[in-house]
Order: sequence, then structure tokens, then C-alpha cells
Amino acid sequence: MAGKHPRHIRVPLDQETIDALRAGDQVLISGTLLTARDAAHQRLVAALERGEPLPIDLRGQVIYYVGPAPPRPGMVIGSAGPTTSGRMDPYTPALLAAGLRGMIGKGYRSLAVRQAIVEHGAVYFGAVGGSGALLARRITAAEILAYEDLGPEAIYQLTVVDFPAVVINDRYGGDLYETAPLAYAEPVDQS
Amino acid sequence: MREIHVDEIAAAVRDLCLEANYVLGEDVRRAFALAREREVSPLGRQVLEQLLENIAIAESDRVPMCQDTGTVVVFADVGQDVHIVGGAFEEAIDRGVREAYNVGYLRKSMVERPFTARRNTRDNTPAVVHTRLVPGDRLRLALLAKGGGAENMSRLAMLTPADGREGIKRFVLETVKLAGPNACPPVIVGVGIGGTFDSVGRLAKRALLREIGSVNPDPEAAELEAELLEAINRLGIGPQGFGGRVTALAVHVETFPCHIASLPVAVNLQCGPAARHRVVEL
Repeated sequence: MAGKHPRHIRVPLDQETIDALRAGDQVLISGTLLTARDAAHQRLVAALERGEPLPIDLRGQVIYYVGPAPPRPGMVIGSAGPTTSGRMDPYTPALLAAGLRGMIGKGYRSLAVRQAIVEHGAVYFGAVGGSGALLARRITAAEILAYEDLGPEAIYQLTVVDFPAVVINDRYGGDLYETAPLAYAEPVDQS
Repeated sequence: MREIHVDEIAAAVRDLCLEANYVLGEDVRRAFALAREREVSPLGRQVLEQLLENIAIAESDRVPMCQDTGTVVVFADVGQDVHIVGGAFEEAIDRGVREAYNVGYLRKSMVERPFTARRNTRDNTPAVVHTRLVPGDRLRLALLAKGGGAENMSRLAMLTPADGREGIKRFVLETVKLAGPNACPPVIVGVGIGGTFDSVGRLAKRALLREIGSVNPDPEAAELEAELLEAINRLGIGPQGFGGRVTALAVHVETFPCHIASLPVAVNLQCGPAARHRVVEL
């Protein structure tokens, strides 16, 4: 699983790409991602619940959970590493049902999200938290798509080139956060 | 009486905020280099490589290492022979924070009305300030830019004396395990033991200010530090929770006497990748 050369994948995702991914795979992601965090998620799900159309088409899309730092003049984006995904858990199953196929963040997902990932044939990637300066260099464009009034929490479209990530949850129920520690844990002597 | 003007304090805080966010301390850097040598998991090593590269990019681009540029926490040791002039001490600290986060392209992450409107204060103020009066005529400021991810996974327990040393170990290990990837491991673990409900959390946070790898001068606390570090690194969580032997870079234990009925324990987690603290003496 680990140590293999990273696989290059395109986003938005097609089913064939998702089907080939397994927990522990390293990937380099190129194409376009959406950004959304707490406030945008709340709005998207509220719109779905009211039966209103979404301002963006989620089918095949990948959401990156990020709240970037402001860019220096001449830069596309400031430091832009992943935020904790678990805060988005209450909203995620509804977005997966609406066509979302991938998420990039860091940290554990709820059982409901892991089940929805399997049910809808989706994938959850982990990016390296605390490497926002490096990840910002892999983002070549950023434009606001929706909810501009939310400021830094607006939905952006990011163009990424070789954005590094690791598959945490694959569509078959594989879970790197569960299996990886088992592979490296050493029993502690119980005295 | 030695006079220190608030402008000097504001400027010092501004500089500490900027440097802390762009440049990782030498001690943390060394710990990462060592971790890379020690880590056996290929994915874990890959993470450590990426973090080392990130440190270099942040420094050269003057971009924060992590987009979460944190809540500013200041530990101020004010000499009792210091006279602060020109304005209010805590306002000066906030002025320094405001300036740094505006001129330095740092993210403003503080919201007011925490359980209702959660409105961004737009300048990352207020800072959390812990002031202690000490002998002398100097002013020492230790500053942390504390990210939300690891802070959210920190825990406090009012154990009983019967829980003892084993109870403390269990609680610390449980905390690191529950935090898993969310705290951005490899982490630095600050453990406070003793005191009261309010002071034990501060003790744990103060433990994070110590140089990585420094050892508590009390042999019993030092032994506990070593044992905890070893046990944490046997959990297998590894860098970013991708599996491996380096889950923590260091465990720092700080203690204080406590009530006969009590054994308070606090575990304050600090993400290693953005372990940002700086000290200045005025």
C-alpha cells in the first residue's frame, strides 16, 4: 500500500478513477476542486432541504476543506492546508447524495460519512496538515463560485497541479486511519 | 523602577507573531530531522519530508507554515520593578497582534459572541494573556500562536489520588489516541499535573513553551515524560495518522502541589508541524 509511486489523478472525478483507489494510495491531484467549510456546508444543505437548486453542480466534484490565509501580492492564495474534516460530518452525507464524489481534509470521519462514502462510491483523501505553504504552491488559480458574502468561507474553485494527498477512506470501506496504526502499534507491557 | 513603554511591548508582540508563523524554531526543526531518521513507515517518512520542505518554503516565501495562524497566547512575566508607561498593557499586546496579522498576511481566526453570531473580530484579537509578577526589572514575553486543530483535541480530568500515576498515564494515552490524525501528529504533548481546575490547563500550556526534548529537572517528572513518550510512540498512529512510530516529538510534564482530595491532569496538544512559540525579554 505505501511506498508506491504516487498515482496522478484528475478532478472532477470519474467513477473509474474512484474505483481504482485504495486506502493508503498516494495521489497527485490535478484539475479543479471546490472549497467549502462550515458556513458554506450549512447553506448548501439548507438549500437541499428546502428543495432549492444549488449554486454549483456537485456531480463528480471534490471539496477541499480549507480556510486559506490571505495571499501576498502576486500570489494566487496564501497558506492553504487542510482543516479538520469532522466538523463537516453532519452535512456530508447529504452532499454525497447530491453527487459529491470526493473530499480532501484531515482527521477522522463519522460512521455515517464512512457509510455514505461506500454507498455512493466516493473517496476521502487526507492532505498533510501543517504544510499549507507547500500546498499553496500547488494551487495555480482561485476564483469565487458562490456565497461571496461569506468572505474567506465562500465557495471557491481552485485549480490544482500535482496536489499531494493520501486515500484515507476508499469506496470499498477501506480506512487508513483504522488499519495503519494496527500495522505499526507495538504492545505496551502491562505492569 | 525601570520604565517600559507600551509601544515597545506592541512592537515586540508584532515581531514575535510574525517570526513564529513564518519560521519554525530550531528545536522543532531538529526534532523533525530526527523523526525522519527514526520513522519506519514509508508514508510516515513521506509526511515528514513534506513537512520539512514546507518549513523551508514558509521561511523563504514569508508565508505562514499553516493557514491556521492561531489564537495568540501570551505568557508575561512582569518584573515587580517594572513600570509600564504610555497606556494599558493588554491593549499593547492586542495592538501588536492586530498589526502582525494585518501586515503579515496571517489569517484572522478569532470570533466574538462564541455561541451565537460568531462574528470575526477581523484582526485576530483579543490575545489570551497570562500575567505573572516576578522579581526583577525585566519583562519576559513568551508567545504561542495556537492552532485550533490540536487545541480542540486537548482534555482535562479531575482524577482522584487513587488513580495515581497509572491513571495519569491512561488519561494521557487515551487523549493522544482520541486525537489521532485530528491534532496533526507528530504532536508535542504538554501535561499539567496538580494545582486546581483552572491552573492545571495553564500548566499544560506552559509545558509547551519548553524547548523540545528538554527534560524536567525533577527526576520523577522526567521519568514520567520518558515513559509517556515511549508509550505514545508505540500506539502506531504515526505522522498525520498514516501509521508509524513517530506520533509525538516530545512529552513535557509540569507539576504543582494540589489538594489532598485532588489529582487534576490536563493534556494540551500542540501540532508539531506548526509548533510556534517565541520568547523575548524587554
